[in-house]
Amino acid sequence: MEIQFLRIARLGTLAFWGLILMPLHQALAQEVGDHQYTSQAIEAGSQVYTQQCALCHGPQGDLVDGINLSIGQFRTVQSDTDLRQVISEGAAQGRMPAFTLRAEEMNGVIAFIRAGFDPEGVAVRIGDPIRGKMLFEGAGQCADCHRVGGVGPRTAPDLSNIGAIRTPASLQRNILDPATALLPINRSVRLVTRFEETIVGRRLNEDTYTVQVIDSQERLRSLKKIDLVSYEISDEPSKQPTTMSSDEVADVIGYLLTLRGLE
Amino acid sequence: MKFANQIRIISITLFVCLVATNASAQVSYERILNATDEPENWLTYNGGYKSQRYSQLDQITPQNVSGLKLQWTLQNQVFGAWQSNPIVVDGIMYITERPNSVMAVDAITGRVFWKYRHVPAENSLVCCGANNRGVAVLEDKVFMGTLDARLVALDRVTGTPVWDVEVGDVDLAYSVTMAPLVVKDKVIVGVGGGEYGIRGYVAAYDAETGEEAWKTYTIPGPGEPNHDSWEGDDWQHGGAPVWITGSFDPELNLTYWGVGNPGPDWNAGQRPGDNLYSDSVIALDPDTGELKWYFQFTPNDAYDYDSVQVPVLADIVWRGTPSKIMMWANRNGYFYVLDRVTGKFLEGKPYVKVNWSSGLDENGRPIPTPQPEGMPTFPGNQGGTNWYPPSFSPRTGLFYFSAWQDYATIYRAEESDYEPGRAFLGGGFSVLAPAPGAPTIGIGRTNPINNWTNEVGFASLKAMDPQTGEEVWSYDQFDVSDSGMLTTASDILFTGGREGYFHAIDATNGDMLWNVNLGGQIVMAPITFSVDGVQYVSVISGHALSTFALPN
Repeated sequence: MEIQFLRIARLGTLAFWGLILMPLHQALAQEVGDHQYTSQAIEAGSQVYTQQCALCHGPQGDLVDGINLSIGQFRTVQSDTDLRQVISEGAAQGRMPAFTLRAEEMNGVIAFIRAGFDPEGVAVRIGDPIRGKMLFEGAGQCADCHRVGGVGPRTAPDLSNIGAIRTPASLQRNILDPATALLPINRSVRLVTRFEETIVGRRLNEDTYTVQVIDSQERLRSLKKIDLVSYEISDEPSKQPTTMSSDEVADVIGYLLTLRGLE
Repeated sequence: MKFANQIRIISITLFVCLVATNASAQVSYERILNATDEPENWLTYNGGYKSQRYSQLDQITPQNVSGLKLQWTLQNQVFGAWQSNPIVVDGIMYITERPNSVMAVDAITGRVFWKYRHVPAENSLVCCGANNRGVAVLEDKVFMGTLDARLVALDRVTGTPVWDVEVGDVDLAYSVTMAPLVVKDKVIVGVGGGEYGIRGYVAAYDAETGEEAWKTYTIPGPGEPNHDSWEGDDWQHGGAPVWITGSFDPELNLTYWGVGNPGPDWNAGQRPGDNLYSDSVIALDPDTGELKWYFQFTPNDAYDYDSVQVPVLADIVWRGTPSKIMMWANRNGYFYVLDRVTGKFLEGKPYVKVNWSSGLDENGRPIPTPQPEGMPTFPGNQGGTNWYPPSFSPRTGLFYFSAWQDYATIYRAEESDYEPGRAFLGGGFSVLAPAPGAPTIGIGRTNPINNWTNEVGFASLKAMDPQTGEEVWSYDQFDVSDSGMLTTASDILFTGGREGYFHAIDATNGDMLWNVNLGGQIVMAPITFSVDGVQYVSVISGHALSTFALPN
């Protein structure tokens, strides 16, 4: 068996340094020590983040459009050096102000961001991606609804980059207990218009007067609420908790983590 | 060229006339005092000293409001929330732009006469955006507070600075984001910095010279009354900022100011006591700054429940007695009616779910029910409402404001040390979300997709009856709203929201009359004015200031 036990924090660090952004040797040059931030640095960074960053970026680091700090999604930043520069000099015409941080604070907040905002870490079993791919497309029935790399239906969220935007713990929760993990925007909806059309689909966006969905025929639809006779939002995800074994779930997570979009 | 000469001669003649006209159209204190009697203008941040944001204009009616047409749009040239409130004087609009620019704009065409740029010091520090909420005017001057805690007076005709004085120490993270309040011959401002361990104050400056006339701290020093509501040195860095424009009652000669949170924000245990006058309304004599009374909404606040709401004043028959009241929908989730002569508590009831307190005692003091660690507190950190200016319509007798419904946060208190010019927060918070790691609501909206949904919180425009302290009707939006309110004599309520809709709502019953999608968050209160008999209504959405009117 190739099942590994990894802390999220460590996986996040490895993923950013090793897989996505740059060759490993470049990363090694940037940090002293064992090439990973220490848990003390991450913990210290968590406090700096709370005090200096969270008011704008939010507790989960996702409140500025186009940026999700906890999963390493930035507008311009790639390396830790870039991060350091943006924090110390500001960016976006001052919308991101410049911060004067002490060296250990700067180091800590970068560590915290790179650790996926998880000072504790949660042990999630990560299995074999190759077996996981087979399960995803076969017995696990994931591909019945989800699309990856241009293949598969579009009715459920496209998972082509899911490994870049979700933590292993989140992926695991989605498979084991989808009802508690489903993001509210993704809920299934059933709309009946005053023109007697019934539309079933997945919600993409909503405001006071309109709702946008992808319907069961994979069409983008925008409806005015004033034209709706009924609008039902399902609390239940369209998928049930998996019947796969724990080894199989670990394999599927292993596969999902390799899905990183076009990067 | 004979023709050109004619033009020149005509121009000179016109110029002479203009000078004469301009001199007679100064904005005297008397005009501001009676601002609501000249509804063609919008002379103060809150549309008059009572801060009712009610206009006597009635050309736009529930019947014709759907015919409103865009007259002009002025694009902002900077990123970030545009919270500014226009002032309109005789067809000229004064509007600020981030971080600290002022423009004089033709209110009919939207073309700009002049623009003044103040560049704040590089180390200016504000917690929640480089905001400026507008200017004040008096006589021939325009006044703006700045992010680096200065107060600048400009010539209203040319935009040239006349004086520029320090209000606070930028190195200690003092700032000014509010529109100043002019009373008599003074310009009054408060300071921001409640997240940086300042000691808040309100200060008045001579409008002619900029010389400081008085300065009243919102945290009493040693020997002053209520200093014992703090322990040790806590008072020195106890926050209590004032960052929203106050109100004024000329008969009582009292100005009223909402005071912000104590510091550090979330660790109340670190600063034992009531922490006066944080989270209070204070009544100050505009001539001397002397504190006449106070009422504290949230003693020893652990939730960042700033009381920086606009004090809305009304003279009404309250439960049978002609009364001078003050209405206040507080960030802490309670709606209050106070006697503004004495500060006495008259009524207070929750308008959203409140679980940090189980109710108010007969003096209006909350009965605390702190939630166990890790459990959600209602309302959440941004409050049941916040600084968004409300409106009171004397016609309907109702008070209107933006509430955040079903919004909660989980607080975490930590010990923190004060260091000059650095955040002093005492912990943190997370927003209650339906799934772990799900997107949540923050300060302002930058995402065109609402992926947090109304399950994290949503806006409820509430119409409150001050007689009962209860809601008469409400109008919900899918996202939360930081929009202020405007009511008119034709019983229209204009407001916005983060979704970018500009709504006209029937002020009597909450029916939606008309809306238009302007595409960007509306985080100010719409205003109305008229020029040459045409009523206009102006609103800022995203980076655009738009002005509407009915077609001729």
